Amino acid sequence: MSKATFRGGVHMYDGKDLSKDKPTAILWPKGELVFPMEQHIGAPAKPVAEVGDKVLVGQRIGEASAFVSAHVISSVSGTVKAIEKRRMVSGAMCDSIVIENDGEYNTIEGFGEKRDYTGLSKEEIRRCVQDAGIVGMGGAGFPTHIKLTPKRDDAIDYVIVNGAECEPYLTSDYRMMLEESEKLVAGLKIMLCLFENAKGIILIEDNKPDAIRKLSELVKNEDCIKVKVAKTKYPQGAERQAIYAATGRKINSSMLPADVGCVVDNVDTVISIYMAVAESTPLIRRIITVTGDAIANPQNFSVRTGTAYSELISAAGGFTVTPEKVISGGPMMGTALFELNLPVTKTSSALLAMAKDNVAELPTTACIRCGRCISVCPSRLVPQRMMECAEHFDNAGFLGLDGMECYECGSCTYVCPAGRRLTQAIKQTRRSILDERRKK
Amino acid sequence: MKNKLNVSASPHIRSRETTATIMRDVVIALTPAALFGVYQFGLRALVILVLSMTSCVLSEYIYKKLMKIPGNGYECSALVTGLLLGMNLSANVPYWIPILGGVFAIVVVKMLFGGLGQNFMNPALAARCFLLISAGKPMTSFAVEKIEAGSAAQLIISGAAGLDGVSSATPLAVIKTGESASLFDMFFGFTGGTIGETSAFLILIGACYLLMRRVISLRIPATYLISFVLFMGLCGGHGFDAEYLAMQVCGGGLMLGAFFMATDYVTSPITPKGKLLFGIFLGILTGIFRVYGGSAEGVSYAIIIGNLLVPLIEKITFPKSFGKGGKVNV
Repeated sequence: MSKATFRGGVHMYDGKDLSKDKPTAILWPKGELVFPMEQHIGAPAKPVAEVGDKVLVGQRIGEASAFVSAHVISSVSGTVKAIEKRRMVSGAMCDSIVIENDGEYNTIEGFGEKRDYTGLSKEEIRRCVQDAGIVGMGGAGFPTHIKLTPKRDDAIDYVIVNGAECEPYLTSDYRMMLEESEKLVAGLKIMLCLFENAKGIILIEDNKPDAIRKLSELVKNEDCIKVKVAKTKYPQGAERQAIYAATGRKINSSMLPADVGCVVDNVDTVISIYMAVAESTPLIRRIITVTGDAIANPQNFSVRTGTAYSELISAAGGFTVTPEKVISGGPMMGTALFELNLPVTKTSSALLAMAKDNVAELPTTACIRCGRCISVCPSRLVPQRMMECAEHFDNAGFLGLDGMECYECGSCTYVCPAGRRLTQAIKQTRRSILDERRKK
Repeated sequence: MKNKLNVSASPHIRSRETTATIMRDVVIALTPAALFGVYQFGLRALVILVLSMTSCVLSEYIYKKLMKIPGNGYECSALVTGLLLGMNLSANVPYWIPILGGVFAIVVVKMLFGGLGQNFMNPALAARCFLLISAGKPMTSFAVEKIEAGSAAQLIISGAAGLDGVSSATPLAVIKTGESASLFDMFFGFTGGTIGETSAFLILIGACYLLMRRVISLRIPATYLISFVLFMGLCGGHGFDAEYLAMQVCGGGLMLGAFFMATDYVTSPITPKGKLLFGIFLGILTGIFRVYGGSAEGVSYAIIIGNLLVPLIEKITFPKSFGKGGKVNV
């Protein structure tokens, strides 16, 4: 079988060896937990708990306030201490519910009850997913129940589980594919119940042979599910590249995967769907890779949402040296943090502490037109020209170069021998264009 | 946390390749052919190379100082220009030629147009053409006697000493007059010519190094050579005679031009398809110059004319973004 891939992309040191062979540890949070009302794309959830209320594990504390929105669920039992603005990973302040954990983990009624999903109707499955507050956990945080409700169910012919995990250092999806492979396959089967004409594809990069072997073994008797091996290359896990590798179909920024008959979900999202539908457990945990050369014991943790990042660091043995940079997410698309008192949300994926920040003192020199940015761009753009437009605030020119097709994967900046900050300039221009559009 | 953390926009890692490492790789790749030139044409060739490189590096340094252009680390590009210029000169030229060429390449062609990345022509080739036009006589006298077949072995034994003396034509000029030359000598470089162009073999070794290091791709050199061979086969008057075509490929500045000068980042198209078109254009143009032109050579002029067309080539070969014009299937 030939390996699936896409044109462009980069190979880099992947740092996955730091954490990939250690089993996932469970982290029990202490003290207060913070639940921001904006953990997804769309309208923020509306708090439905009051200060002083007793809440239980699995209890809804924030309610979806619009069509595109998602519920927020408490991951611990305890008392609502405050409802106030708290800082999030992005640096923005967001209305959050702060819960003092009583350490007892008392659950709501029916929590964790096993359910036979084969007897459920499509509506019941979607309702379970919606009630569980599940959002796309690959990073964007799009509410999953909307993704699972396309215009026509019968037009979907592929459900793709994105297990590429192309970001360097991240191993949480890999650990889940090994440790919870049965749940993953069952989650995919639940999704296939929604789409009568669909086949399931589990897309895995070839640097994870154990996961490929285990999942292939598990689905060998399933007619509708197959494992597809993709060449290891960043950004294979980007939605557009994953769809292309799995099916050969192409979408652009103005299309949805459903427009080409695909539904794509990340490994942890699919497992969360299984947990919500078959085990009545809403989305209250995240698998987080805590890694980097400044971390004493890099490994994956199963973490309750709302836990502070600083607790993750202590759980991983603390810092060996004072890090110069701490990143939420992977090194290619993650956000650099200036403090660690931030809550784990549904879209958190990793905490990476780097002893040395190699990009800080990198000099920027003149573009030598080497064309590396063009050859690596997965969207086949010309970042060099886009940056020229960005530097001259030429938004019209930027749009003429299809600049909005960029999804800021960072490959162009990574390869640029002149150390030019292409992605950063492009990002800024995209933001300004999106802002202009919003104003209209 | 007492210490402050660094904050910057993603990505937070970079490849180790920099402009300086790329330029260093080009110098390494040119070294075998350059050293062979010194071996073949004697110490005078070394002096020419050193003069040319010094002239380029100093011109850039002085220009930057005078114009108060802040330095941002040195990236060796002037060194590459100097080396290429020297390799494109005959070992026989007076010493003021490489010096003047270096100043012209750096100051006129590169710095006046905005420095690194902004020049519209390959500086080394533009300087060579400038010198060919303004100092035609010394530029075209090659300090090598006509090589007889089988002289290679003798040359290896006696080195440069055996070659001193009479000015004579390069093998391409010999072929153009209808006589024949030794393909073996031409491939390994025991012929007359400029310092760096004679040994197709050593140029290929350097090119392989650059290809392996992914500094250059085959897009431009391959299309250049293939289209050139096709053109010579069709219009060269010898049909698809393998020996004649091989001599045309090994002779003159074609190999050096195709692998080291047509692939110059700044003056070649940045788009992948543009590179293919550029190579084809150069192949045909070089063929036209060699077959119908007054001189036996044509690579330098073909490449600098090609350089001028780069903006137009890029315009018509602009890549289509991923999924552009995609149709909603549902």
